[in-house]
Amino acid sequence: MALTDPTPEGRFGDFGGRFIPETLVPACQQLEHAFREAWADRAFRNELDDLLRDYAGRPSPLTECRRLSAELGVRLLLKREDLNHTGSHKINNVLGQALLAKRMRKTRLVAETGAGQHGVATATAAALLGMDCAVYMGEVDMHRQELNVFRMRLLGSEVRSAVTGSRTLKDAINEAMRDWVATVESTHYCLGSVMGPHPYPWMVRTLHEVLGREAREQCAALLAKDGGDGVPDVVTACVGGGSNAIGIFSGFADTRAELVGVEPAGGAAVGRGVPGVVHGSKSYLLQDEWGQVQEAQSISAGLDYPGVGPEHSYLSAIGRARYEAVDDREVIDAFALLSRTEGIIPALEPAHALAWIVRDRASLAGKTVLLNLSGRGDKDVAQMMDLLG
Amino acid sequence: MTGALETALRGGRGAGRKLLVPYVTGGLDGAWLDVVRAVADAGADAVEIGIPFSDPVMDGPVIQLASERALERAATPSSIFTSLREGDIGVPLAVMTYYNICFHMGHERFADSLREAGVAAAILPDLPLEEVGPWAEVADRVGIETVMLAAPTAPDDRLPRVCERARGFVYAVGLLGVTGERDELASSATVIASRLKAVTGKPVLVGVGISTPRQAVEACEVADGVVVGSALVRRLLDGEGPTGAAKLVESFRSALDAG
Repeated sequence: MALTDPTPEGRFGDFGGRFIPETLVPACQQLEHAFREAWADRAFRNELDDLLRDYAGRPSPLTECRRLSAELGVRLLLKREDLNHTGSHKINNVLGQALLAKRMRKTRLVAETGAGQHGVATATAAALLGMDCAVYMGEVDMHRQELNVFRMRLLGSEVRSAVTGSRTLKDAINEAMRDWVATVESTHYCLGSVMGPHPYPWMVRTLHEVLGREAREQCAALLAKDGGDGVPDVVTACVGGGSNAIGIFSGFADTRAELVGVEPAGGAAVGRGVPGVVHGSKSYLLQDEWGQVQEAQSISAGLDYPGVGPEHSYLSAIGRARYEAVDDREVIDAFALLSRTEGIIPALEPAHALAWIVRDRASLAGKTVLLNLSGRGDKDVAQMMDLLG
Repeated sequence: MTGALETALRGGRGAGRKLLVPYVTGGLDGAWLDVVRAVADAGADAVEIGIPFSDPVMDGPVIQLASERALERAATPSSIFTSLREGDIGVPLAVMTYYNICFHMGHERFADSLREAGVAAAILPDLPLEEVGPWAEVADRVGIETVMLAAPTAPDDRLPRVCERARGFVYAVGLLGVTGERDELASSATVIASRLKAVTGKPVLVGVGISTPRQAVEACEVADGVVVGSALVRRLLDGEGPTGAAKLVESFRSALDAG
């Protein structure tokens, strides 16, 4: 195990925990118990592995960027989570949680979504396994990600708009939690990132470790040809809640690779936040002088979140990972750059990580950098068409 | 040592009263402190004061809206404490807020601020038994009573531990769901109340989903009292002010007194 497991209380150092309404405490305890049991059960693991392979298309490839590497002076490798079924890494977590929910005899899934990728993945799993599904999405996000709203409905899910606060991801999580408080007996909350109350940060990480494991092996095979140790110098990913970043970090935490999470400048919880408690766990959080949670501001709906998963706060606090921030302009340039040079249209979220590489290319010169390309850009094309013309 | 809230509630119960605790969002409008006085005068045994939080996950639409309005009016914990200190309410007060407000201010400073404002107790609905320790230790030392919530989902072996940790009263969550008015009293309300009464001598008050005097009477067939939140706050949002608030609380009071 490359990353450490949380304490029995769900703590990563000072971060994490289970700060939730009393109504949900037994549900989180049962979920933790059920997940530990399922994860130790060979039949469950086989069923999940089969789905990941035959349905989601795993393993996802590792792509070496030849033209862009030459242009940047950095050897750039992409872990292609954009090629998974439903277009992002989110499917890894969702298939695991949906199978677990079935095993727990829950008949309904509820989820939050920002950009819509987690919502689409959850709606997909619900369709596959014959479960009811409601996805909460901020009203603002429903406008900027109309296509994903339609996809979720097409897949048979109900999409409910969150109309309070900033009307983005934070508020969608509030609504999903309120739903769960009322429906906990029949419903599993399929949380989409490494956040929320214990066991979610740890469980969601565990379900995404598959992509880190694959990337480690793929890098070893590719880089061994050069006679090195088979490990990239830098591993980077975007961070909103931070699930794709934890997934890729998990494969390299016990190596010499530098781990770099990239946050949006308008939602840099690790970069600008102070410890706080919201949505079930203690972590870095953007808040005002009284502890009111501030609204994030990002071009990317998937990263438009004022908090971050507790394990990222921990990795930052102990110095194992560092966190950079890029602004919307840099992200748009990176989005266009990868499209033009490699024929890969990225989602706006992983374009953040590329934007950091572009900005820091001088200090990265000659290094091998692995970027987790967590999703594809189809969902963002309409928004970019308005911006880029 | 038994705190001011629990002493008052035990006293009321001992005198044969059913207990009534209305909820008012602090800083909601210019008249909110008058509302607190009005409901105290109208027969409340204690008043719950909400300190608005940006992300109130245990609250339904009415209290969410009230919280948003109060925050738009720049209500802060400090401004609410200042008002309460000068309020001279006459019955014990409990604040209800979310843990980040307390955590961000620091446990010591939050507890001291409550004491200085004349507040007896704190209700933090996202701070369950497993996480309450560090705060409760400070609160006990400073003399702030920490009310604990008990939910219908709790297994039997959990309830005695929740009650053991509770100060002031035990807040029985009447239904599976967030705060808000319901047409009927959920059957879970009397079930959780009687499960709690079986394991504690502390006052047991049912909250969440107590919308009408009739529902309050029904809940109090088992419980020692009720907390009334959204039904009151909705009237305040509609502009009914201290007079309307007093009228509603009087209607609960007289129904409870009549049994």
